[in-house]
Order: sequence, then structure tokens, then C-alpha cells
Amino acid sequence: MSKIIVEERSIVIPGEILAEGMDFLPGDNTFRENNQIYSKVLGLANISGRVIKITPLSGPYVPKAGDKIIGKVTDIAFSGWRVDTATAYSAMLNVKDATSRFIRKEEDLSKILAIGDYIVVMITNVTSQNLIDLTMKEPGLHKISGGRIININSQKVPRVIGKKGSMISLIKQNTGCDITVGQNGLIWLKGSPDGEFLAEKAIKLIENKSHQEGLTEKIEQFLEKNKVNN
Amino acid sequence: MAYKKRLDGREIEELRPMEAKAGVIKNAKGSASFKIGKTWAIAAVYGPREIFPRFLADPTKGILRCHYTMMPFSGSGERIRPGKSRRAQEISMVMENALEPVVDLSAFPNSVVDVFVELPQTDAGTRCAAISAASIALADAGIPMKDMVSSVAMGQVDGTVIADLNYGEESYPAIVSDIPVAMLHNSKEISLLQMDGEITKDDLIKAMELAKVATEKVYELQKKALKEKFTNE
Repeated sequence: MSKIIVEERSIVIPGEILAEGMDFLPGDNTFRENNQIYSKVLGLANISGRVIKITPLSGPYVPKAGDKIIGKVTDIAFSGWRVDTATAYSAMLNVKDATSRFIRKEEDLSKILAIGDYIVVMITNVTSQNLIDLTMKEPGLHKISGGRIININSQKVPRVIGKKGSMISLIKQNTGCDITVGQNGLIWLKGSPDGEFLAEKAIKLIENKSHQEGLTEKIEQFLEKNKVNN
Repeated sequence: MAYKKRLDGREIEELRPMEAKAGVIKNAKGSASFKIGKTWAIAAVYGPREIFPRFLADPTKGILRCHYTMMPFSGSGERIRPGKSRRAQEISMVMENALEPVVDLSAFPNSVVDVFVELPQTDAGTRCAAISAASIALADAGIPMKDMVSSVAMGQVDGTVIADLNYGEESYPAIVSDIPVAMLHNSKEISLLQMDGEITKDDLIKAMELAKVATEKVYELQKKALKEKFTNE
């Protein structure tokens, strides 16, 4: 007889039994052993139809092709840059993916991107060994100047963005900041000093309370209370 | 004659009072504090991150690396020289071996997950406390794990099989054995089993049966600590 053991949206720990029997299917971050489905990470149980999956509450960022991330230039190579992606793996950004301008052979690449620069880039390719290729040629990808970079857990990024960007636009409106969220958990804020400070606080609040319901209302209240006087 | 009454008045299978908390170190990816009696372990997890020295890298999966350290004035005897010692290195290794079967780092080749365990105060059973703390910290860090590892020391003092020895019992002037056990919760597989001293075959079997019950108590606390982190707000 098949049955679900955990409740929807309850917190589960690794190795906790989620369901018994073959009528249910193991989704993301779960696995089946013998007749039971177990959780593989600390997270929230999510039951949709016959599939049980876990939304992780913490954990490392796994690079995926198509993700927009924020990286830091750490080294200059022959024909490109090495970029720190805030994961265990550094990425390569080739000259031809960085600019459409013609680059002469002996040109100094640090004129385009210097060591220590932050860039908004997109992952084009990830190999099985997690070697990462980047591009900066898509719209919205650029070198970062000014503002500040903050770091959050990458698993909280979807909550910071919200449904169809609702959360992030709420923060943008209330703080007057330009905000770019990288899928790897790095966030770039640019605005007035007070606005940046408030936006950072709001984002940290989302990170800490991401597992709770009614998050948007809480953030709305928080921003209302600490409104920036422009 | 035989050891009937325990030095601190506990029942024979009773553990010392335990306390556990997840997320005690803000800068770490995951962390935990685990107290059992006077023994106190604090674990912090960093990574997956780039591995140094490079030759340790495994291109098929990530590596788990443990660092066990007793603080200089943690014991009740002499000051302990800080840093690596032969004993600390051995315990770091058995911790890695105890946790290895549960962590799944196949998604992170060529990387390392570092687990640092510090013991501010010790009163026997440090490797068990370290493993229990590390297990909470790894789960808190969101590292994929197929199970939790719970660990507690079993032992025999003067013919009586007991659970969770303290230092007084470990150094009791009689035939004593100290058996640290780490067990996976679901499968009840043993991932750490060491022994000091002497024990009869029957007592050892009895101790292992007792270990199942004792590690289960540790597991319940680990589970509570992880869930409390998200409900206590």
C-alpha cells in the first residue's frame, strides 16, 4: 500500500522517509531505495501529483548553461579571462565572447577587463567536469562599475527574484536601486547609499525567511517602515 | 566488585544530557554545535571549493576532508599543543571514513568539502561528538546526503556494558573497554567502530545492540536541531 509520510511544505532532513510504495515517483533531491523514497538534502517537501521533490534550503550552486551569473575577473590568459564564479570552479571568458570589437594580436586585454573587475555574464556551456564557458555578448551582460556586490545563498535566488520578478521589482521601486541578481548568489546593487543599504537589508531578510509563507507581504511591510526619503 | 553504579549516577544505557544547534557560525556554509555532557564539539563546513594541494583532486567526485582539533585547555589535564598531532590526524581520518558513506559529492568533481571540528571542552567521546556535529553541519550546508550519521561511544567497565563513557569511566581502575560507534540511521550500517581495552565476545554483541538504541537518541536530537533552525523564528 502506497502512502505519503511527510506533509506538503514541511522541513525534511537528509535520509528522512518521504513516501512508501511504488505509486510515487522520486523527483529532485530525492532517491528511491527498496520500497521507500528518501530525501537527499535539507529542504521543504514538495508534492505535485505523484512526484515528490525537495526544495533545498541551502546548498552549493551547480552551474547550468543559460544561467546569468556575476563573476570576478581573477586572471588574464592568452585569449581571454579567468573568472571566479563563487563556486568551486572558475570559468573562461574568451575574447571573442567578450566584445564585438576587433582586438589586435598584441593588444593589452586588461584595457577591456582588468583583474578584479566584476562582470555580468551568461554561462554558455558546462562540461561533465564542471568546466565553464561564458559569454558577455547577450543583451543585459556587461562590466560592472560602481554600486556594491552582496553575496547570498544561491538556493535563495528564486525567492529574491519572486514570481515573474515581483519581489525584485518591489525592492527596486522602494529603494530606487538598480539590482542585478546572478544565479550564483552574487547580487549587484547600484543606487543612493541609503537605498543600497536598505536593499541589502531587504535581501538579507528574504534570505533568512525564505522558507516562510507570505514573504512578499513581510518585505512590503519592512520596506514601508524603513522608507528612503528621496 | 563489579561496576554496578555509574560514577555520575546514570543508568547503564543512559546518555549524558545532550544539546545540539544548527547554524552557529554565520560565515560557514553550514555549522553545528553538539554537546554531550561536558564534551562540546563545534563543526563548520566550507565548500564545495577549489582543492589545494591540487594533486589531491579526484576527477570523478568531490572529496570530503575533516579537520579535528582539540582546543589547548579543553581537557582536564595538561594543556594540549594546538594544531595537528598524530592523534588529531587519525581522528580526522576516521571521521572522513565515517561520513564518506553518506555524502554524495558526485556532482562536484575536483572539489573539496572541508569540515572543521573544534572541541572547546572535552570529557571523553570527542570523536563521536565530532562526527555527530559534522553530520548536522553537512546537512545544514545543503550537501547531498543519503542519510544522517549518529555516533556515540559504547563500553564496558569491570564487566558491565554501558553507553557513553565519560573520562572517569574511561580511566576506571579495572578492565575497561571504550568502543566508539557511528551508525547510519536508516540502514543501521556501522561506519565507525574502534576499540580500546578488552571485552568478551558476548559483551561486545550486547554493546552493539545497545549502540542501535543509543545512536537513535542522538539521531532524534540531530533531526530536532536541523528542524528548529527553521521553525524558531
